[in-house]
Amino acid sequence: MEGLERILKEHPFFAPFAKDHLDLMVGCARNHRFAAGQFLFHESDPANEFFLIRHGKVALEIVPPGGAPVVFETLNDGDIVGASWLIPPYRWMFDARAVELTRAIGLDAACLRGKCDADPRLGYEMMKRFLPILVSRLQATRLQILDFYENAKRLGTPNSNGKN
Amino acid sequence: MQKDLALQIPTGKTEVSPAAADPLVPQRYRVVSAKRELADLATLKIAPVSGTRPAFKAGQFNMLYVFGVGEVAISMSGDPAEEEAFVHTIRNVGLVSGALTKLEAGAMIGVRGPFGKGWPVEAAEGSDVIIITSGLGLAPVRSAIYRILANRERYGHIAILAGFHSPDDLFFREDLAHWRQRLDVSVEVTVSHAGRGWRGNVGAVQELIRRTAFDPRETYAMVCASEAKMRYMAGVLSDSGVAADQIYFAMERNMKCAAGLCGRCQFGPDFICKDGPVMRYDRLAPILAVREV
Repeated sequence: MEGLERILKEHPFFAPFAKDHLDLMVGCARNHRFAAGQFLFHESDPANEFFLIRHGKVALEIVPPGGAPVVFETLNDGDIVGASWLIPPYRWMFDARAVELTRAIGLDAACLRGKCDADPRLGYEMMKRFLPILVSRLQATRLQILDFYENAKRLGTPNSNGKN
Repeated sequence: MQKDLALQIPTGKTEVSPAAADPLVPQRYRVVSAKRELADLATLKIAPVSGTRPAFKAGQFNMLYVFGVGEVAISMSGDPAEEEAFVHTIRNVGLVSGALTKLEAGAMIGVRGPFGKGWPVEAAEGSDVIIITSGLGLAPVRSAIYRILANRERYGHIAILAGFHSPDDLFFREDLAHWRQRLDVSVEVTVSHAGRGWRGNVGAVQELIRRTAFDPRETYAMVCASEAKMRYMAGVLSDSGVAADQIYFAMERNMKCAAGLCGRCQFGPDFICKDGPVMRYDRLAPILAVREV
């Protein structure tokens, strides 16, 4: 448990939390080891745990109806995986798959949700930490969408190295 | 007025072959080799029919003229130190660029240039360098990468962050692999989406900036991407502490004369052809914010 406490304390996401909140989260944390190809979670599963990647790479993917899975983001060392545990109906909206051997800390989100409800100070801190991650990923997604449309129309419009 | 115009024409290129003295008159060049990078992307090596090719700086561009079709501005993508030929990487996005991508070795084209201002390769000496590209943006910045790596000892950390649409859209694979093999350069590649067979990064290229080690106070950033992405990348770089006067972007506009005369590429008070295409962010930022420009 001491190892988990140290890892969480030193992580930029968890470091700003007050000690009592951090202690509480350490109590909800456990180590995970995912082999390459193993799923952390699947779309529509209950989002009852979120993850801090210690080492490795995790692919977030969606499966279009009748299509092959599409990876839309990869997360690496130090990244947080999953925010659906914070938002009703608390179900994952995509699959998360370990691309390579991945070690992660999982936090019991169902337990944390209860604690956040009981202690709004903790809930507010949690939202303050998660919101920048969500906004950053939303912005990245917008740019990926832009890239999608740029690519889709590139046969008919100017670009950086062939303007006519 | 006449005097002012004369000042705007790039003259005094002593290394330029005598025939290229007039920047508005194309010179004849022959395609030495044509490499199909992707289905719609080709790299042409072109050499002058007579004389030597003019010297150029990384980041400058030429006007390539396909006889009977038209003329288009294309950045250099080759090493300025290779003296025999120009190298251009062209994507088929229209009539002229499409014709260029279909050329074979031996074909003849017209060339005007080099034009414009290049990357701050010399100014960045003594600093860390972070190079960020999206899609075809890797082509205009490759010349700078060649120069920087040829003088590696003059720079601090060097990071190359390249984003592509998908794994199938990767080009310059040999260069990327070669740079990655070096132990003194950090090379990260990401794609916007991928299938399960791809083991690399997926996501927006600017996300790689946050994961890259550099000293922001001593860093020059060279960025080549679409303007929409550029603004966001500038924000990420500025948030990281990189000064606006050390962030450089390659701008793109349709060019016509390329010599600062016609105004086709006007961007606020500047002409991209002669004040760019590589421009500093502190000069660009106020104009980028104006939607009408």
